[in-house]
Amino acid sequence: MEQAPAQALRHHPAPPQNFIRKYIFSIDHKVIGKQYLGLALLSAFVGMVLSWAMRIHLGWPDASIPLLGKLSPNGAPGGVMTPEYYLSLMTMHGTIMAFFVLTAAPLSGFGNYFLPIQVGAEDMAFPRINMSSFWITFIGFILAALTFVIPDGPPISGWTAYPPLSAVGPDAGPGQGWGQNLWGLSIACFTVASLLGSLNFLATTLDMRTKGMTLSRLPISVWGWFITAALGLLAFAVLLPCALLLILDRLAGTSFYIPGGLVLADRVQPHNGGSPLLFQHLFWFFGHPEVYLIILPAFGIIGHVLPTFIRKPLLGGWKVLTACMMLIALLSLVVWGHHMFVSGMSPYSAMLFSVPTMFITIPSIIAMLIWIFSLYGADIRFSTPALFALGFLSLFISGGIGGFFLAQPSTDSYLHATYFVVGHFHFTMGISAVFAIFAGFYYWFPKMTGRMMDETLGKIHFWASFIGMYGIFMPMHFLGFAGHVRRYSALVDDYLVPLLGTQRFISIAALVVGAVQLLFFFNFIWSYFKGKKAAENPWEATTLEWETTSPPPIDNFGGRRLTVYHGPMEYNVAGSRGDYVMQASPEPAAARAGD
Amino acid sequence: MGKIFALVVVAVAIATAYFVVAHVYWMPEDISVHGHLIDEQITETTAGAGILFLLGQFVLAAFVFLYGDSKGTRKLKSWPGGAKPLIWASIVLIGIEVLTLSFIGSKAWGAVYFSPVDPNSLHVDVQAEQFAFYFRYAGPDGQFGGIHPELINEGSQNYFGLDPANDVAARDDIVVGTLTIPVNKPILLTLHSKDVGHSFFVRELRIQQDFVPGITIPIHFIATKTGKYEIVCTQLCGLGHYNMKAYLEVVTQDGFDQFLKAQSAQ
Amino acid sequence: MSSVIYPQPAADAGAARAVRSASRPAKAVPSYTAIWLVVGSISMSFAALTSALIVRQDIGMDWKPFVLPPILYLNTLVLLASSVTLELARKELAATYLRSETRPHPRKWFYATLALALLFVLGQFLAWRNLAAQGLFLATNPSSSFFYLFTGLHGLHVFGGVLGLLYANHRSMRGLRFAAGGPLNVAAVYWHFMAILWVYLLLILRIRM
Repeated sequence: MEQAPAQALRHHPAPPQNFIRKYIFSIDHKVIGKQYLGLALLSAFVGMVLSWAMRIHLGWPDASIPLLGKLSPNGAPGGVMTPEYYLSLMTMHGTIMAFFVLTAAPLSGFGNYFLPIQVGAEDMAFPRINMSSFWITFIGFILAALTFVIPDGPPISGWTAYPPLSAVGPDAGPGQGWGQNLWGLSIACFTVASLLGSLNFLATTLDMRTKGMTLSRLPISVWGWFITAALGLLAFAVLLPCALLLILDRLAGTSFYIPGGLVLADRVQPHNGGSPLLFQHLFWFFGHPEVYLIILPAFGIIGHVLPTFIRKPLLGGWKVLTACMMLIALLSLVVWGHHMFVSGMSPYSAMLFSVPTMFITIPSIIAMLIWIFSLYGADIRFSTPALFALGFLSLFISGGIGGFFLAQPSTDSYLHATYFVVGHFHFTMGISAVFAIFAGFYYWFPKMTGRMMDETLGKIHFWASFIGMYGIFMPMHFLGFAGHVRRYSALVDDYLVPLLGTQRFISIAALVVGAVQLLFFFNFIWSYFKGKKAAENPWEATTLEWETTSPPPIDNFGGRRLTVYHGPMEYNVAGSRGDYVMQASPEPAAARAGD
Repeated sequence: MGKIFALVVVAVAIATAYFVVAHVYWMPEDISVHGHLIDEQITETTAGAGILFLLGQFVLAAFVFLYGDSKGTRKLKSWPGGAKPLIWASIVLIGIEVLTLSFIGSKAWGAVYFSPVDPNSLHVDVQAEQFAFYFRYAGPDGQFGGIHPELINEGSQNYFGLDPANDVAARDDIVVGTLTIPVNKPILLTLHSKDVGHSFFVRELRIQQDFVPGITIPIHFIATKTGKYEIVCTQLCGLGHYNMKAYLEVVTQDGFDQFLKAQSAQ
Repeated sequence: MSSVIYPQPAADAGAARAVRSASRPAKAVPSYTAIWLVVGSISMSFAALTSALIVRQDIGMDWKPFVLPPILYLNTLVLLASSVTLELARKELAATYLRSETRPHPRKWFYATLALALLFVLGQFLAWRNLAAQGLFLATNPSSSFFYLFTGLHGLHVFGGVLGLLYANHRSMRGLRFAAGGPLNVAAVYWHFMAILWVYLLLILRIRM
């Protein structure tokens, strides 16, 4: 019995009519994708506001932030932030940004919306599991937000939550009671939702491609999501036991991570024999692939967006960039110890971890060269998505270079836990990945909403963000060279006092860049309702999402079943009607001019 | 637009390079025997990575500058050889750079961790706690007393939980809040934590080592210059993390002998 | 509950063959792909827990081994038997396809599988009772911690497997036909994995206790 006809009915036998099934508990991957993007935007706003509060406090420790005083009279009496509240804000800033923005938006947001369309399917393989993935993520977000509302506040142990600080409970400090518990539950929800999401991404890509969509014709963005989903399946599967053991130590009196003889709050803690390093190993076994889970979808989006705006395929086609992404994903599983060079781990292990960490630069640099050298001889159209994609290239070079210093134990022994690390990961995750997300937004907004975002506002957003973000995070590398320790709520050490001026510069830059992001939010909302109407294929791109209406109908292609004839990068095709051939066009791809 | 992008990228790249090369912000003076190896490694990495940084940004800028929107009038071309030369260049050049840095760097790393401890080292026991460092000298008997967590009492300043009543070795242990050491002499520190994770960082010594609860971790070094330096905590340990520090006083041998005599008299 | 009945051929040999062999159909079924991914992910979790056990045992130096409750071995046999009965259930289902039943669904061997599953879970509870009687609880010692952790997590996943079997049966009962035997084959992959996982966990516990 054939699958195809049944499949046409399987996912959307009867489109939902009522508001709840259409927009709230929807099984349509496009709605779910938009829900994820909406949650990511909300989380980004929250995370950004947290960072503003942190930056104000760092620059002007005695400043009063009235709104903060209202939110937490304990944490900021009279609006002046206490040291523990700074750490609480820092912990939640990292947690919310890393998980609910950076892991959610490019993968669960854009991936959910566009992967099925780009492979020519009607929906994800498991629409109801997809729906529950989103809502479990949402519950996770609510739990994280709840930490701000409970009396003791959010945890202060950082997004890395090292035990014993995170494990012994309230004796360790404020926020370490229910704050840490809620945090753990939030992470657990996110993890489960992520694992379920991976199943959908992988099964849909493997089993639900339309006719003619061979693996070699998949858009690079699909490869990015596919590889990320596979890596996530392995990485998140380790975070779950890691977090479970922490929860058991906290609530059930076990001693997986807590050794004996610890004295906190004048009490000898009732644990024995556990190993804080065990947590670090388990956490970073997840933690390092996590940062690649953040950047690989970005690689996919950039690899997808660039050809459209340079009107050329990428050098090496899909094969080279995809091979780079796979190699990066694979290597990311064996480098976690580079977070632990000075942790007390065996110094021999340190050298063992350093080698693959250094080697991971090779596929990263190959990918970067592919993108840059594809620009040679191109015809670059500088629309806003293109600017963000090009900005990504510059930012990722900057971020990646910092990695050379941190990958070697000898140099890392000085730079570890300084602002050099903060600059490095903000460059790679905080701004490169974010620029890829912005590129995705500006690129795909017309398809998702049927309207164009305003180009002028977009360009202002780009320029201010690009220059401003360099201004925020490049000086952090310099502070790192000076040995400025991270996670400090105030600069009291002798050698730090002269660096206050630099911190203030960074804070001002951060506030300005933050304000500019509001421009993006405004552009987004205004264009949603009032933007210029978008054509079906405003960027003259080749992939399947541009073969359907803007926005697409519920089954993505209006009852049609597309057949794919070409790869995704048939730009600059001589003899074709335009300078490009769409994937589903039966028109043959003639020889490329200048190939 | 592309030309502006190119100029901005070049400007940022040059500004960054200037700040780094001119050491506008830099490491403080190195006062340790092994530190120069780390400094050399940082310099070499700066050079190697810096060249890649500048090359990458400049080439990106150049291509964006040259190949902006021609509105379809320009004939497109492809990088000669396609991806292959880029792949080979990366594997060979980066491979060499990576291997070189790793090989040389292993010497710097080894100097800190694999060099043998001098048996004549001055052994100081270091305890980190929320939110202070305490340092213990063995005293004239050359023996450290045992640590009893249940006896730790901040109020009576028994930070290490010593039991002088029953433990002979503990009677003459010297406990202070400043790490005083003689210059040009091998020092052995044993690091342990009373409560949560902390870290020991002296920028001038080029030494950073975490305290891991449940484990005692040794580090050793020789300081080459007298002076007063800061020991700061770099592992998030709670609300007082930013304020957790102690001073390292490197003194002459005479100065150190006087210090010990004064402490023992108490 | 829909009562859709699809037109049936005289003898649905293809479907029967597919059910019996659970071979990968010509066009891959997403749920079949997905269940192998689930197996991979769960394996990764237990691999992490295994390394946690090894590290904790070697570093803590406070590991007190104990004798594993003998009922565990009986439970193992019960679980392995349930895998056998599940295979018989799949043959049963294939036979109903061949007989062109309007609602092809597995019968007695399927219920036998469920019964053995519940017996296994009951047996694991008895093992826990045995340990509690010896004064060994979750936090008593790292050895008992890992025992409860491994058996508890495995039991939870078995419970999920039971739900999966019930769901597969429900789908069959609705009279829908699946060229690949569909849900029951998917559930069978997971179920056999539960048995293999248990044997592995038992070995680790035995070696390390």
